[in-house]
Amino acid sequence: MITVNGEPLDWKPGMTVQDVLDAKRYTFRMIGVWINDRPVPKNEFTTTEVPDGAVVQAVHMVSGG
Amino acid sequence: MEKMKVLAEWTYTPAPIERGYTRKTLYVNVGEPRMEIKDVSQDMIDTFTGGRGFDLKLLWDAVKDTTKWNDPENEIVLSGGPLCGITQYPGAGKCYAAFISPLSGQTYDSNSGGYWGPLSKFSGFDAVEIQGKAERDIILFINGDEGKIQILESNLKDLNAYAVTETLHEYFAVDEADKRNISVISTGKAAETSYYGCMNMSFYDTRRKVARLKQAGRGGGGTIMRDKKIAAMVVKFSKMGGNLNNVVDLDTLQKVGVKLHKEIHDLDDVQCKMRKVGTAHLNEIMDEYHLLPTNNYKFGQNPAEIAKIHSAVYERLFTQGMPDGCWYGCSMSCAKAVDGFTVQTGPCKGEKVTVDGPEYETVAALGSNIGVYDPLWTIEANFYADHYGMDTISLGTAIAFVCECYELGLINRNDTNGLDLKFGNKDDIMELIHRMAAGKDEFASMVAKGIRYMKKAFAEKFKADARTMEAIGMEGQGVETSEYVPKESIAQWGGYYLTLKGPQHDEAWLIFMDMVNKQLPTFEDKAEALHYFPNFRTWFSLVGLCKLPWNDVEPANNRIVNEPREAAKVPEHVQNYVDIFNAVTGKGIRKEDIITMSEKVYNFQRVFQVRMKQGEAFHNIPLRALGPVFPDEWEARREYYDGKLREIGIDPSGLSTEEKIKKLQEYRLGMWEGLKMAVYKRRGWNKKGIPTLETLKRLGIDYPDVVAVVEKYSKPEDNFE
Ligand code: SF4
Repeated sequence: MITVNGEPLDWKPGMTVQDVLDAKRYTFRMIGVWINDRPVPKNEFTTTEVPDGAVVQAVHMVSGG
Repeated sequence: MEKMKVLAEWTYTPAPIERGYTRKTLYVNVGEPRMEIKDVSQDMIDTFTGGRGFDLKLLWDAVKDTTKWNDPENEIVLSGGPLCGITQYPGAGKCYAAFISPLSGQTYDSNSGGYWGPLSKFSGFDAVEIQGKAERDIILFINGDEGKIQILESNLKDLNAYAVTETLHEYFAVDEADKRNISVISTGKAAETSYYGCMNMSFYDTRRKVARLKQAGRGGGGTIMRDKKIAAMVVKFSKMGGNLNNVVDLDTLQKVGVKLHKEIHDLDDVQCKMRKVGTAHLNEIMDEYHLLPTNNYKFGQNPAEIAKIHSAVYERLFTQGMPDGCWYGCSMSCAKAVDGFTVQTGPCKGEKVTVDGPEYETVAALGSNIGVYDPLWTIEANFYADHYGMDTISLGTAIAFVCECYELGLINRNDTNGLDLKFGNKDDIMELIHRMAAGKDEFASMVAKGIRYMKKAFAEKFKADARTMEAIGMEGQGVETSEYVPKESIAQWGGYYLTLKGPQHDEAWLIFMDMVNKQLPTFEDKAEALHYFPNFRTWFSLVGLCKLPWNDVEPANNRIVNEPREAAKVPEHVQNYVDIFNAVTGKGIRKEDIITMSEKVYNFQRVFQVRMKQGEAFHNIPLRALGPVFPDEWEARREYYDGKLREIGIDPSGLSTEEKIKKLQEYRLGMWEGLKMAVYKRRGWNKKGIPTLETLKRLGIDYPDVVAVVEKYSKPEDNFE
C-alpha cells in the first residue's frame, strides 16, 4: 500500500510513477511528483519505481483562469 | 465614412513618461462636456500603485454612496499601470477597467488585452476617467500624436463591435500601416438592454489585416458605455518605441524578458500549449477532473461528448503559426483566432469573419454548460456575443440557468415566446441570443439582465418556484459564476464566493491545490491560500500585467528546487516580477511587498463595496455550488458522494437520495460558514466581512473617508475575539 495525496492506493511490484498517475487518472500535464519528499523529474516518471509504503505527492500546479 | 461632427475639442501637451508613470490622468465628462487633466500625487502612487488601484481611487472620489450604475456620476475608469506597455516581458499590455456594476450595484474591475492600455498611457495618461451621459451617440477620441481630445457625434450605422471597430480603425488611420497605432473600445446593441454588456478592446492584426477584439468582458462595462451613449472610445498613438516607459534599468528588463521568452519557447509545447490552443487546452482536463460545467453545473463532465470539444479539435480550428500576442512582445501568444469562418445565422449570415477565441471559458459557457458540443456553433455564439457586446461567461451561465428552469417546468414555451430552450437545443438558443441584441423581446431582455434579475422576474411573472431558482441560479453578489464546477473544493467556494466582486476566477483558482493535491487540509490553510492568492493576483491588475505567463508556463526545475506548496507559487516568476517592477520604477520592492501593495487596494475595494451596499455587502453562495441539488446529480457519482457522507460519519445505506442530499447540504452549509469566518479573520476583517480599523491602519489606507465608512457599519459585537 502507498498513499497518494493522502489517500491509500494498492501497491504492485514494479509500479512506476506513471503507473500511479494512470491509476489515479491524473492526466494534467503540469504535475510535479514527490516520493517521500524527494522530487522526481518529469522525464523519469516512466522509469522511477515507487517503493511499497511510499508517501507520494502528485501536485497539480495551479492553472486555470 | 463621412466626416464626423466635432461636438467638443480640447488640446493638451502629452506628459512625458518617467519610470512607468505620466503622473497625469484624463477626466472627460461626456455630458457637460468637460475635460480636465488631473495630477497624480506621490501618495496615490504609493497607496494605489496604478491600474485597478488608480481606477478605484478615482471612482471612489467620483461617486456618492447612493450612486447607481446608471446615474451620470458613475464612471468607467481605465488604466494600465506602471508596467503596462513594456515590450520586453510577455503579457504587459493589459488594461483594467472599473465601474459600479449593473449586475452587482458595487464596484467591478475587469481586464482586457488589446492596445488601449499602452496607447492611452503613451498618449500621456496613467488613467482615463469617463463620467456623465451624452445626449446622442458619441465617440471619444484621444489623439496622443496631436495632443487632442475630441467628442465626435457618431454617424456609425451599425453599433455592433466588429463593425464599429473595423470602421474606426479605417476612419482614424491615414493608411493601412497606421491602423496598428489605434485601439478602439466598443460594445454592441445587446449592451443597451443587457446588464452584462462587455467592452471590446481592439488591436490591429497586421498579418491578418483585421481588427482583433479582446474583452474586458465581465461586470457590465459595455452596459454603462451605452447608458452614457458612448458608441466607442478611440486612442491613437503612432510613435511606438521600445522604451516609451522610460524605465530605470532597461538591461535587467531585457535580461529577465529573454529568460521568460526562452522558457516559453522551450517548454510551452510540453506544458500548456498556450501558443497552439490558448486556454482551450483546459477543455478535456476540466472534464477529466469533474470540473467542466455541464448543464448548468449539474455535472462536471460528459464523457460521451468531450471528444467533440477536445483541445485537439480547437487546435485544428485555430489558425496556427501566427504571432497571436495581444500586445507587442507577448511570446505566449495565446490570443488564438479562427480565420475565414462563415457565419450561419443572424445579420452577418454568409459573411466570412475572423473570430477571436473561443477561450476555455467560452467553450464551457457557450458549450458544455448549455449542453452544446458543437465547436462551430460555439465559435458562432462567441462571435455574436462579442459583436453584440455581451460577456460570454455571463451569457452562457445565464442561458444555462434558463435551460434548467425550462426543463424543470418553471418556465414554459409560452413564457419564452415560442423558444424551446432545452439544454443543447442550439437553434433556439442562437435565436435567443439574436433576440437579446434586437432588444424587442421581453423574455430575451430578462435573460440579458442576468440570473439575479431573472430569479425575481420569473417568480413574479411566471410564478416560478423561488427556492428552486435560488438553489440552481449560479450567481454570487449578482454576478454569474465563471466556468469551473466548485462543488468539491471548499477552498474554491471561497475562491468564487468570498471575492470582492463575485464569482470570477481571477482572484483565486484553488481547486487542484485543495481538492486534488490535498495541500489545504484545514480552514486555516484554506484561509491562508484565500489571503495569499487573491492578493498576489491583484498585483497584476495594479501594474498592468497578464496573469497567464505567471503559471501557465513554469521553469523546468520549478518542481525540483521548490517544495510542493512553494512550487505552486512559481517562485522564479515571482522574482521576475520583483525584478521587472524595480527595473521599470526604480522602487526596490521585495517579494513580500507584492502582497502588501495588493492588500492596500484589496481592502480599499472591500470598503468601497461596503460603502456602495450601505453595509450589506454580503457573500452569498448558491446550493448548487456546494454540492448536488437533485437526485440525478447525486446518482451520477453515487459512489463518490456516498463516500463523502461516510467521511463525515453518516451511513448512507437506508437513506433515500433526497435524504442524502439534504444531509450533505446541511454539513456543507456549516463548512461554508466556517470557511467564511476563517477567511474574514485572516484578511483582517470582522465577522460581517468589513475590514477593521487596525487593518486600515496597518496598510496605511486609514484616510478619513475610508475610516468613516468602516466606523459607520462596524459594530463591536461583530469583532473577532
Ligand atoms: S498571455 Fe495571452 S492573454 Fe496574456 S498578454 Fe499574452 S497573448 Fe495576451
